[in-house]
Amino acid sequence: MTATFSEPAALESGFVVELTAFTGPLDLLLSLIREEQVDIYDIPIARICEQFVIRIRSLGLNEAAEYLEMAARLLRIKAQMLLPRGDELAWEDPRAELVRRLLEYQQMREVVDVLERRGEERRNQFARAYLPQQAAPPQAPLALSLAELLSAVDRVLRAARQPNMHEIIPRAIDIPGAISIIRSVLTLRARIMWTEIVERGAEPWQILSTLLGLLELAKLGELRVLQPKPFANVEISRDAASEAA
Amino acid sequence: MTPLAKLLEAALFASARPIATDELASLDPEVSPAELQSALDEIREHYDVEGHGVELTELGGGWQILTRAEYTEAIERAQLAARPARLSGAALETLAIIAYRQPISRTEIEEIRGVAVGGVLKSLHERGLIDVVGRAEGLGRPLLYGTTPVFLEHFALRHLEELPRGDELAIALRLPPREPEMASAVDENE
Repeated sequence: MTATFSEPAALESGFVVELTAFTGPLDLLLSLIREEQVDIYDIPIARICEQFVIRIRSLGLNEAAEYLEMAARLLRIKAQMLLPRGDELAWEDPRAELVRRLLEYQQMREVVDVLERRGEERRNQFARAYLPQQAAPPQAPLALSLAELLSAVDRVLRAARQPNMHEIIPRAIDIPGAISIIRSVLTLRARIMWTEIVERGAEPWQILSTLLGLLELAKLGELRVLQPKPFANVEISRDAASEAA
Repeated sequence: MTPLAKLLEAALFASARPIATDELASLDPEVSPAELQSALDEIREHYDVEGHGVELTELGGGWQILTRAEYTEAIERAQLAARPARLSGAALETLAIIAYRQPISRTEIEEIRGVAVGGVLKSLHERGLIDVVGRAEGLGRPLLYGTTPVFLEHFALRHLEELPRGDELAIALRLPPREPEMASAVDENE
């Protein structure tokens, strides 16, 4: 059986050699077709499929994904070939698409041969090398008096003496204050609306403080916050459980 | 050599890249295309007949002075210049497809080669052999690739038409002669 002929070679050659030997599943398939000396227009699909699977067994799985896809395609064609043909005239060769791709690939490989030959010829000729970037011309020698030098030093020192100051703005947010306000309001009323605890015209820091205080208290379970729909007024109520306790 | 030939030779010597014919023409506004061509022929003959170590080559849409291949090994051995690395099989296949089908998208190249080509495209682009030449219409508007003048230089091609035409290739995409039924099946699958 033909299987014996390539299996040992494939197994011995191993991973790296196989990777460099073929540029893809179509390349491998074409080389099998050449080795087996079969007609590309009448591929013995069962035999080629078997050979193909044997060969890709020696490939690493990551790289073999594309080969596995081709193996699956070959198996499907093989199965289709086994189906009864029925009307011989209307029968479509399931290999046709594969043959078209192989011929297209083969055609491209011919161009590769041309490019390889031309590239090798050109490689063996040198053009004038690219000139390296011209080095920057050397700086003109320093021409300045001692006074100029000293005044320059003075300028540098004066600039350096200016300390690099950052103004630190204290965080104007008062969460503990907001919490105590909300708590005292809630001891008076069981239920209060957001618009009632935030004054109209309040500063952003006040609104923020109230909001953060509110969230903090809700987290502690001292109150419940309820907003029936987005952007609606928020209802704040004493938590029933903490009230009971 | 004529003064024009000497002028052209100096310009070609000074340039590291091939010089296009119209660029050479700009060296002397008086000169006609015919005079330019005869001056170039004169330089080439001068190199060939008198036996110089360099030759004048037409490639990449222009003209360039190149060393003769027979001296390459000695030059390389003396480490005065080094040949560029050969392109891999995968790179050559991808270039061949782009050269013939440009502008072409990555997916179309992968359909022909049967493997992913993202990495190869990146390195070809880095070497300046291909460039993005546009975007396809349709889903995702994929990038379209084409070859560059560097590609022509790399393979010492004057222009793309110098590559064999599709019908000149031994196995062209023609109908198989023996099985007309199968040929029609191929067409229908297209």
